[in-house]
Amino acid sequence: MTREAKTLIQIRGLANRFGKLVVHENLDLDIHQGEILGVVGGSGTGKSVLLNCIVGLQKPSAGQVQVLTEHLQHPHTIPQTLDLACPFGVLFQHGALFSSLTVQQNVALPLIEQASLERDDAEHLARLKLAMTGLPPEAALKYPAELSGGMIKRTALARALALDPEVLFLDEPTAGLDPVGAAAFDELILTLKNALGLTVFLVTHDLDTLYTACDRVAVLENKRVLVADRLPVVAAHDNAWIQSYFHGPRGRAARRAADSLENS
Amino acid sequence: MSLGSTTESQPGRIEQQASDVCISGDWTLLHYAKLKQVVAHAGEVPANTSINLQALGVLDTAGAALLVELLGTERLLRISDWAPDLPEARKALLETVAEALSEPLNPPTPPKAPVTDFLARVGAGTEDFWQQFTALLGFIGLTLEAFAATVFRPSRWRLAALAMHIKQTGVDTIPIIALLTFLVGAVVAFLGATVLGEFGAGIYTVNLVGFSFLREFGVVLAAIMLAGRTASAFAAHIGSMKANDELDAIRVLGLNPIELLVLPRVLAMVITLPILAFVGMIGGLLGGLMVCLLVLDISIAQYFAILHRDIPVHHLWVGLSKAPVFAFVIAVIGCLEGFKVTGSARSVGEHTTSSVVQSIFVVILLDAVAALFFMEMGW
Repeated sequence: MTREAKTLIQIRGLANRFGKLVVHENLDLDIHQGEILGVVGGSGTGKSVLLNCIVGLQKPSAGQVQVLTEHLQHPHTIPQTLDLACPFGVLFQHGALFSSLTVQQNVALPLIEQASLERDDAEHLARLKLAMTGLPPEAALKYPAELSGGMIKRTALARALALDPEVLFLDEPTAGLDPVGAAAFDELILTLKNALGLTVFLVTHDLDTLYTACDRVAVLENKRVLVADRLPVVAAHDNAWIQSYFHGPRGRAARRAADSLENS
Repeated sequence: MSLGSTTESQPGRIEQQASDVCISGDWTLLHYAKLKQVVAHAGEVPANTSINLQALGVLDTAGAALLVELLGTERLLRISDWAPDLPEARKALLETVAEALSEPLNPPTPPKAPVTDFLARVGAGTEDFWQQFTALLGFIGLTLEAFAATVFRPSRWRLAALAMHIKQTGVDTIPIIALLTFLVGAVVAFLGATVLGEFGAGIYTVNLVGFSFLREFGVVLAAIMLAGRTASAFAAHIGSMKANDELDAIRVLGLNPIELLVLPRVLAMVITLPILAFVGMIGGLLGGLMVCLLVLDISIAQYFAILHRDIPVHHLWVGLSKAPVFAFVIAVIGCLEGFKVTGSARSVGEHTTSSVVQSIFVVILLDAVAALFFMEMGW
């Protein structure tokens, strides 16, 4: 499928400093409409800080993050009363489910508060989202403390999708899942992305996720985006960290797996 | 599709045109309530009617769910057959939603039986009370065991932790206890001055303040303050550690969480509460003194002379003797509630509350029992 890359989110000259610690300096990045952008980088390179900056949880020290609303698929469906937070859905690393609410209430909350639905309608839609993320109906009445890691991620994904966002931010979605569960989650993200026309910003360490799901990969290194391109281009970059990341033992294994998957 | 150029979103419509049904407009979350009425109004669409989706505007999952309700899952799962020229993405969305809705969505709800439910709740409550009680006794036993195991081994004394807890539970609490008991002392003296003054016995206000603070109020007020301030802190701190698996980590490292966490807290409380109770007694006596000085014209010298003459020192010992017992119970309840926390933030909140309620209740209960005992003994 060839499509002209429309930039949806444009980051220019972004800087983040915490006292003496400089996390980002003069960082530029474009997120294209309808892509899955994988963001990788060593620990402490500020992947999560970048995510927080884009969604507005963290105010950058300098630079700007611009959402080109004219490239949203349905700009005119956003009610004027809502913030721009609305076309964004965020899946936090540990789920960040509200522990005093059931699974179904967690997903229904934004529908009730932001979309002003009746509770019954909101819970019906919440159960639909839960079914779409592959949770069994019995899970709807459980509390987050009773869920397994994979179910927590799925519930958090359902909550992130509650308001039908156009851009989905995932912070290490497969961290802490077993390989089978992680693969299933990658598959789920791909399916939902195709069905809902999502743009996905995916922070990850998981090489398998990069190979199976991502259209482009951005590498954070040395306080900026070193390279953001299709995976073979990124993997061929001669930076030392990239070399050891993609061509270390784990990288080779993941690529072999991806290749054999394509050939079969 | 002229919708792209308009800025206002048009809610979806269903129109009957000759033999087919035409669905148009935006089917989105924004219009959910209105669309739901439209769907309810349209009723069920017969299986053989042909559907025209060409004029469909924006569609999201909420809208798709309503379309599935309108047209049925069967038909939408076969959407590629009857609407092949629909954009791929739209077909995928409708299929995904239809697939999700083809399974029953509602979780199974257990049948309700009011009478047996009530009995079950009473039973569960009773059992829970009994378990709490035995858990408290067991925890006291564990604490005493850990104390016995370490008391003769100075190398295992955790003096730094003990000193820190003494500072937090004791030194930091002195100002608030002094102020609180000073005010209550003044209030008691006011009551005494009012009631006793009517009988011309205003001078006995001094005795009233002295008796009540030395025997009861000094220690009880200090204990209640610590129950609110410190038991809750213990429960929340240990509870958060439990939620973060830190207690398991302590056990796995071959250490004893009781010895590490509970013992320093309990000992710190046992050391500080008597001191705080003494501060409370002094505060109360000073509050009483102020009222006697200003309202009853009793001089400072006279006030202390009456105290010295009428109130034997054993009242002080009666009051102070209760302090270590209260301290032990408050600290143990606070720590135990922390240990009972399970995972969630809500659980931390529940057990923190429970620690305060339980410890205040137990302090007052024990005080009542002790008052009876001391009275019967004539002490």
